[in-house]
Formats: sequence, C-alpha cells, structure tokens
Amino acid sequence: MAVIKSKINTRSEEFQTNMGNMKRLVQDLREQLAEIKKGGGEAAQKKHLDRGKLLPRDRINGLLDEGAPFMELSQLAGLNVYKDYVPSAGIITGIGRVSGQECMIIANDATTKGGTYYPLTVKKHLRAQEIAEKNHLPCVYLVDSGGANLPNQDEVFPDRDHFGRIFYNQANMSAKGIPQIAVVMGSCTAGGAYVPAMADESIIVRQQGTIFLAGPPLVKAATGEVISAEDLGGADVHCKTSGVADHYAMNDQHALQIARQCISRLNPSKKTELDIQPSRPPLYDPEEIYGIVSEDLRKPYDVREVIARTVDGSEFDEFKQMYGTTLVTGFARIHGYPVGIVANNGVLFSEAALKGAHFIELCAQRNIPLVFLQNITGFMVGGKYESEGIAKNGAKMVTAVACAKVPKFTMLIGGSFGAGNYGMCGRAYDPNLMWMWPNSRISVMGGEQAAGVLSQVKRDNMERKGETWAADDEAAFKKPIVDQYEHQGHPYYASARLWDDGVIDPAQTRDILGLAISAALNAPIRETRFGVFRM
Amino acid sequence: MFNKILIANRGEIACRVIRTAHQMGIRCVAVYSEADADAMHVAMADEAVCVGPAASKDSYLKMDTILQVAKDTGAQAIHPGYGFLSENAPFVQKCQEAGVVFIGPPADAIKAMGSKSAAKRIMEDAKVPLVPGYHGDDQDPALLKKHSDEMGYPVLLKATAGGGGKGMRVVWSADEFTGALDAAKREAMNGFADDTMLVEKYLTKPRHVEIQVFCDQHGNSVYLAERDCSVQRRHQKVVEEAPAPGMSDELRTAMGEAAVRAAEAIGYVGAGTVEFLLDEDGSFYFMEMNTRLQVEHPVTELITGQDLVEWQLAVASGQTLPISQDDVQINGHAVEVRIYAEDPDNDFLPATGKLEYLRTPEENRYVRVDTGVREGDEVSIYYDPMIAKLIVWDENRERAMQRMSQALTEYRIAGMKTNTHFLKRLIDNPAFRNAELDTGFIEKHETDLFESSATYQQSGSQSANPLAMATLYTLLKQQQNRKQEAIHSHDETSPWHQFSGWRLNEDPTHVVRFTQTLAQKEGDDEQIEHEITVNWLKRGYRLTLDGHIVIADGTLSDDRLQASLNGHSRNAFVAELNGHITVFTDQGAFEYQWQRPDLDSHDFEDDSPSLTAPMNGSIVAVLVEPGQQVTKGTAMVIMEAMKMEHTITASVDGTVTEIFFQPGDLVEGGADLVAFEAEEA
Repeated sequence: MAVIKSKINTRSEEFQTNMGNMKRLVQDLREQLAEIKKGGGEAAQKKHLDRGKLLPRDRINGLLDEGAPFMELSQLAGLNVYKDYVPSAGIITGIGRVSGQECMIIANDATTKGGTYYPLTVKKHLRAQEIAEKNHLPCVYLVDSGGANLPNQDEVFPDRDHFGRIFYNQANMSAKGIPQIAVVMGSCTAGGAYVPAMADESIIVRQQGTIFLAGPPLVKAATGEVISAEDLGGADVHCKTSGVADHYAMNDQHALQIARQCISRLNPSKKTELDIQPSRPPLYDPEEIYGIVSEDLRKPYDVREVIARTVDGSEFDEFKQMYGTTLVTGFARIHGYPVGIVANNGVLFSEAALKGAHFIELCAQRNIPLVFLQNITGFMVGGKYESEGIAKNGAKMVTAVACAKVPKFTMLIGGSFGAGNYGMCGRAYDPNLMWMWPNSRISVMGGEQAAGVLSQVKRDNMERKGETWAADDEAAFKKPIVDQYEHQGHPYYASARLWDDGVIDPAQTRDILGLAISAALNAPIRETRFGVFRM
Repeated sequence: MFNKILIANRGEIACRVIRTAHQMGIRCVAVYSEADADAMHVAMADEAVCVGPAASKDSYLKMDTILQVAKDTGAQAIHPGYGFLSENAPFVQKCQEAGVVFIGPPADAIKAMGSKSAAKRIMEDAKVPLVPGYHGDDQDPALLKKHSDEMGYPVLLKATAGGGGKGMRVVWSADEFTGALDAAKREAMNGFADDTMLVEKYLTKPRHVEIQVFCDQHGNSVYLAERDCSVQRRHQKVVEEAPAPGMSDELRTAMGEAAVRAAEAIGYVGAGTVEFLLDEDGSFYFMEMNTRLQVEHPVTELITGQDLVEWQLAVASGQTLPISQDDVQINGHAVEVRIYAEDPDNDFLPATGKLEYLRTPEENRYVRVDTGVREGDEVSIYYDPMIAKLIVWDENRERAMQRMSQALTEYRIAGMKTNTHFLKRLIDNPAFRNAELDTGFIEKHETDLFESSATYQQSGSQSANPLAMATLYTLLKQQQNRKQEAIHSHDETSPWHQFSGWRLNEDPTHVVRFTQTLAQKEGDDEQIEHEITVNWLKRGYRLTLDGHIVIADGTLSDDRLQASLNGHSRNAFVAELNGHITVFTDQGAFEYQWQRPDLDSHDFEDDSPSLTAPMNGSIVAVLVEPGQQVTKGTAMVIMEAMKMEHTITASVDGTVTEIFFQPGDLVEGGADLVAFEAEEA
C-alpha cells in the first residue's frame, strides 16, 4: 500500500487564506441551515407542539437509534425558489439507523405550509424513494401533510414524476421486498391516504392521525354527511373498524417506538460481498481540506492532498500514475470499504479519458464502489485534440461511467462544467448519491466562457454588418451573463433544485462517503454490461 | 466433639456457624423453608432438609420437625443461632428428651432470664446492681417521694401497667414530684384503669454496654470484655463496638465480674450476654441477660482473637473453656454495623426485593463480612431483612472507624433500599467519632444523620459530580452496546454503528435525561428532572448539566467506571437495572432513573383493567366472587404486605370472571389477583 505524503505546509499564507475562506463558506452554510431547521417558524412550531405533537426533527431523533448517525438529504431544497418560504421544501428526508437497520426516513414538516407538497416537495420525496429503491433501504414515512399544494397543482399532480409516483414507488418497492412503514402522525388526506394504505405496516396516533380520501368539508359538500375528522378517519376507526392502520399509538413517541419495533422485525440480511477491513482514520486531519482548496476555482492544487484526507490511513494505490496525469485513479479504502477513486487533476485529455474508462472497467469487474471527486472544466478543446479523437475518447469514459453498475458516489469539490460533468458521473449518470462542496460551481460552462462565446457571436454579427462594438458596451453585455452563471452555478441554487443530494461541509467528506457506501451495500451489487466503446 | 450438627436457623448466622463447624471438620445439616430452597446456607451445608412453607411458624419454628430431621440425619447437636428457637426453653427440653444436644444454655437458665421481674430478683440476690427504684405495693405518695429523694433526681415515674409513654413522667427535682405524680396517676388511671406507680432512677445519658460471658459445664466462667451498643434506633442496635470507648480496666473488671455472677446465679452454660446501662458517673445497672450468641458477637471475636462458635461447640460437647480469665487479651478495636434492607428516610420501613447488584468489600484481616445472601438472592417479607453484618478491626478506634467508613463505600447494593448511606453518615458523624455515645444518639443527631441526599450531592465539586458520572456511564455503555451489535452484524466496520450522534453539517449533540427521586423526611418524595446536553469532542464529551460545563472522558469495564471529569480522574462503580442507575462514589451512592423512550411503557388506559398485587404479601380476604358485577371502586381483595393492609378495588365497572388466590395465599408483587371484564363504555 502506498501512503500519500502530504506536501502541504499548514503554516503557509496560502493555506491560511484558503482555510479562512472555506471556514467562512461552511459557516454560511451552517447559518442557512440553522434558519431552515426552524421550519415554519416559532409560531407554527408552538402551535404544533401545543397539539401534543413532536417537531419533525425530534420525531426523526426519536425514531433513530440513540446516538446513531443521520445523513440528511437536500437540506437546502426549495431555498429561494418560491414566493412562499418553504424551508427544506417542507419535507425532511435522510438515511438513518433504526433498530440496527439503515432506513430511508421521509418526514413531513406540518409547520411548513401544513406539510403540503410543492413541486420540489414531490421531487425531494421521489428522490428519497429513488435512493431507497436503489440501495434497498426500508422506508419509514412520518406522515403529517395536507397533501398537494393546491395553487401549484399543475406542477404537482399530473406528470409522471409527480404526486402519483409516490404510491407507484411504494408498490414497486414493496414488490422488491423493500419494506414500507407509514406512521400517521397528522393528516393523510386524499392522495396522501395512500401512503399508509399502501404501506406494508402502518401506525396511527390516536387523536392526531387521520386517514381519509375526502375530509369532512368535502364529505359535507358531496353527500351532506356531517362527521368529525376523528370519526371519519381517526385511529379508532382505522385500527378497530376499517383495518386501514395496523398499530394504535397513544402519542408520537409511542408511535415511533412501534415503528422501531416494526423495523426490528424485518429479518434483514445485509450481506456484503466486499473485502472489508477495519476502518482507520487518515494520517491527516480532514479539516485541513479547508486550507488546500482555493476559493478561486482556477487555482490548481494536487487532488491527492484531498484523497490523503479522505481515505483510510491515507493509503492510495494509484493506477497508471504516470499516464494521463490530469486524471488521478486508484484504489483505497474508506471506513474499511474498498473504493476506486476517480479524481480530476486538471483538464481532461484523451489519455486521461482512456485511463478513466479503463479504471472504471476494473472497478465494475471487481465489484468495487466508485468515488468521483469532480473538479473539471471540461475536455480539452482545439484542433489538435479533436483530430486525436478526444470526442470518441471522452465518449469511452462517458460510456464506462454510464454503464458501470457498482455503487457510484460523486463529490463535486470544485468546478463542474460541460462534458466533464458527464465523464465524472454527474447527476444524469445516476450516482447513488451526489454532493457539493460550498466552494463548487456547476454550469454548462464557466460564466466568463459563456459570456465570451455569446459576445463573440454578437461581435461576429455586428462586424458582418460593418458595425463596431465598444469595449464598454461589450463589458456591459457580458456582465449579466457572468452574473447569471455565477448565480445559477452556485451550490445553493443547485441544491435548492435538487440537482444534487446536498451541500456539505468538506471536512465531513470521508464520513459521508463511508455512510453512503455502507448504506448502498444493502442492495446486491449488480453485474455491469458495457455498451459499445467507439475505438 | 460432634461430627455432625444441625443448624436450626437461616441467613448469615447459619452460614457463620457452618463456617466454623467446617473448619473443625464437623458436618452440617441445614434446614430450610420452601422460600429458602436456593439460599446460601442451604448451599453451604453438607445436607439440607426442607422443613415447611415460608412462614417461620410453619418451618424454622417447627420444633418436632426439626428434631425429626436431626434424628433422620444423625445430627448429634442442634445450633439454634439467634432468634427462632434460640431462647425457647420447651425446645431445649425436647432436645434433651430426644437425646440431641442443644448448643446453648440449659432450659432453666433460659426460663430464669425469660421473666424480667424474676430475673431482677435473682440478680439482686447475686449482688448484680439494678437500676435503683421502688417497685412496692404501698403507693403512699410520701413513701414514693421518700424513695425518690434517696435515689436522687432525676427519677422516672412509671405506671406498672403502662406502655407507650402513657403514665410516665421524668421528675427533675423534688419540687416537681407531687405534681408529676398526680399527672402520671391520672393518665394511668385513664389509660389502664390502674394507677399503681413504680419509681426508678432516671439515667440522662445512659450507654448500652454489655458483657460477653462464657461458662462451661465444669463450673468455669469467663467474661470476654464488653461491647458498646449505645447507638440504637427504636431499641434496635445499629452500631456495636468493642471495647467500649473510655472503658477503664477497673470498670471492666467490675462489670465483668458482675456479669459472671449473674450467669453463675442461674447455672448458665455456653455463650451469654449480660446487658447493662452504664451511667455517666460510671455506675452500671443490670438490664437483662440474653441467653444465646448475640448478633454482634464478631466484634468480641476480633478483639479477643477467639472464635465464639468454636467455644460454643466445645462447651456443648463437654469440653472445658479453652482459656481462663487471665488469658483473655484485648487487642485493638472492632466495630460492626448491620446492613439492612430498609429505608432510613422513611422511618426505617423494611424493604424487600431482589439483590440485583451486590458487591462487598474485600475481606482481609481488617474487614469481615458475615452474610447469608449473594447477588441475585431475594430479601423476602418472611424474615428479618438484614443483608449482612460488616465488621472491621484496627489498632485503635479512630483507625477502625476510618476503615469502616471506607468499607461502607465499598459495600455496593442496588435494586432495593438499604441503610448503607445512613450508616456511613453515622460513622462519619463527628460526635460519633468523638465517642459521644448514648442510647439517644440517633435522635439527638437526627438532622445530621438524615441530611437529604440533595445537599449531599451539591457539596462536591464538578469533578466529583455523580450526575456527570451517570451521564458518562450511559455514553460509554451505549458505545459498548453498539460495538457488540456491530460484531454480530454482517457489516462490522460500518460507520452506521457509530455512537457519535453524527449529523450532516452539524456538530453532534445528544440529550440524556434522568429523573432523580429525593426522599423527603416529611411528605412525598421529590422528583427532580435532569437534562444533560452532550457534545462529542475529538476525545471525550462536553457535558452541560445544571448550568455547568464538564469535560468528561473515561472507560467502563463491567461495573467499574474510570471517570475523568475536568481532568480529574476517579474510580466509581455503576449498577444499572432497567435504566435505574446507581453510581457508587466515595461520597456515597446516587440513584437516577435514565429516561429513554424505549423504556417507557405505553399502557392502554382502562382497556384491560388488570388487578395486580402492588407488592409481595399475603391475601387477607377476597370480597367478590366469579360472575359478580361490580362498580368502579368496589373493594375486591384485601392483602397484607409490609405489615399494612392494601385494598385492591375495581378501576372501572365490570364483571369478575375468575379469582386466582384464596385468603392466606402468598402472592408476589405484580401477580394478577382477579380476572375482570370491563363493561363496554
């Protein structure tokens, strides 16, 4: 095993500057999240608590094994997207350990717009189910929602990946033997009624949970029948008469204990076929990553310094170390699990792409999970490179990434631009999970480049017409484009729209990857068949 | 010498006798009740025979059955221990008739001391000093006053028919006499329709000092120094020590010779104890003689280097006393405390239950533990709730008390209330250390001795905070549990097994909740809620508790907690039973109930009104019958437990379907008593 010898001087001015910048970014992230965790605000939370309910995050804490990790997903979802303030998109999702089993937890936040589903609420719910399905994670739904957000019905109800997909997923996951447990802790109206109704087991809290296809007002309007919510679809009705729910809980806490009990009876069998070793921390403190990475994405650094602070014992066996050196590939362990790491160390050339494709093939062949450390401006451009066939060489890497069926994890640690995003397992390439560092940027190309391309086109047009373009005017033309790219490429913008699974503190990279790999091993690793590689 | 004896007793004294007998090569037969089938004395004996049901009157007091066992097993002698049949003259007679040696005095000696007034007359004749007094029939007030004046004040006026303090007056001076006599007589007449009074010298600060005597069958007698048993509560000895502090050789000789005279006056044989009241001025007065081996005999053994059970066996088998009076040597100081299952903060109410966790100090030449129970044994309602006697010896009183204080902190019991905390406060009490002893010691120092545990806790610095230790324990324990779970999983190294409260983009925090019950001398116990916030550090934890920050780190191996709090490392022990945590520190034991959702029970209200026994006890009466309809509140069963009656009533309207017990049956706490069908609301 080769051990990475760090060349970083933690006393250097550059290190200290980087450290300060990254700390500021992480601090900003934490402050954003602290605000988001207040949910629908103090008044709404108080109202919720006064009803004898627990807040959604406390429900999750009560469900989890004491002191066990909880890896929340897409915390920034919905941030500054709608006119309405919808923190976390009104739904909290994440992977947590319940009765010794990693589970997907999906909890409505009734303090946020009554827990109603905005388009991004649906997207976040479906994404959580997608992760659960891919990783074979039992699902626990902590239901407390008014259903679809009616003003937004056109973006919530009709399409394939809209509300109905939730129940489609439940049915199909259940069919695959992925347990579906619903805990009804508030309303479950109309479509929402299908969450408990389609669950394998459901729990309902008396005097709190209600399940019905139509609520009292709609019933009255339709048939004239006057009936209270509790009599229409409360715990007594559903546990004693209708059989819609299976377990009767006295309160939230009790319901969570029943859910824990349900999970403890799943008879799971997580069998890992990997060669797992005891976990060892890296030789270098992961927090030193702060000082390595510059806020300026153009400033190069050796990605091995990041790897050294991520992998067990900082041990990293490189593959083709001297070939295609702008891509670093090699084998390591994270929390004892074997991984293949693919990391950018500059722009991708043909050799680097070929090396990447080869390495991904190796990992797929050996059932080794892949970790992509993405920091890429793109594939090299220019006559020389096109004539060498960088398009087909890049395609080989994209094919390899697309087809590889081993668990894939993408960490966006810098830039993610253009086709580089594809080759490095961007969102479209179905990584099991994908995260962004707060310093990273994502867009089809850099803002400067986009502005340059657009101004070049405009200049060409003007010149063809014999017009001239003053430098000031060109700058004024470029500025909004650069600003737009900067705005839309920002990780908060990306994460708010679920282009990833969350923005993370870089110091937690190693733990997040370890938890994610372990969770992924609940599903058997599928065999890979590659498509045609253009030679 | 015998080669096989029967021990007609149980608990620590049975074990104590067996130990010496075994050392002498004598085989032992134990008897036991059904409740004691797994008891320690049964396990220690060479043979054991069940003699009946739990209640003593049906087993340990069954003379004929026990004698039959002796015959059947070929036991040549019976050691009665103390209590039970030890001072039962008819039993001694029966032994004699059956040709089995009773290891104790002759029946006549027991009878002679059994009657207090007869005993006093015998003592008077033997020139054993009695409390001066007048017990005559002539009730002329002038005569009574004359006797009082002669005795000197204060005197005690007592109705001969009296009890419970009625018709009793302390008279401090001659002027008060007539008024006090009239009042006492009135009270006596009202209370008992008999105003006959006796008058005795009143001792203001009497000490209870007793002399151990031993007589053989050949006319030899010795006294083995004295024991001071002044510290008592409700006439029960709490601390016994030897020699008595401040005892002069002259006084010891005087008391010892008086005690021997007393024993010889009744033709005594074997081990006996003559109890005296010792006044401040050094005068002493006969109280009574106990014709058996005393509970507190070990302190005498430790200062004289003799084995009194060995002496008993020797004397009973006809041998002469092993040493003469001149050979009796006193070496160092010994003290004994009686560890009881009881609640000192609740008027010493006896406690019962299972000794779920029991650790005793290591025994060595200084520390001795006489016990009849092991971890997991039951302290039942049927017998005396004494758990053990803890006896220590050292060269002088001061060192012995220091050692006792330490040994008490090492006596760790969880699962039931005990008096160890109280005993430690007693031993550490400055007045006690200063040997300011008298029989009113506990009443006199009540405020210090029953100091509530709250003030006790606050006295320590944060580095000794037992709440921090309890928190650290829960963290380390859960960490261990998680590790165990990991080993049994298919994915041992998974980071999901971590007990670190890991959260995305957040420093992990965790909240540990405890409730603590503080006993109140008066009124209901107070419940205190503790909420401790835990932050994980790179190494250890930051605990925020009751407004303090404590940096905690440590290790836990079994029950031993090595806790480093704010850099100050100490050892403590922790017992946990169903979330009930007891932290044993050098300051005492602290109990907390760990609040965990998983431990909560969420009983459905009223749906199944089970009628269960609130505690161990016996059924006194069943007031309903199957098929009977009852309304809410109807008394259904009366049971007796802890000498109190408890009525079990219907919690809702309904119908009795079955009754599981009959009057006289013994039931365990939690047992269903009555099957009951609630009426549909």
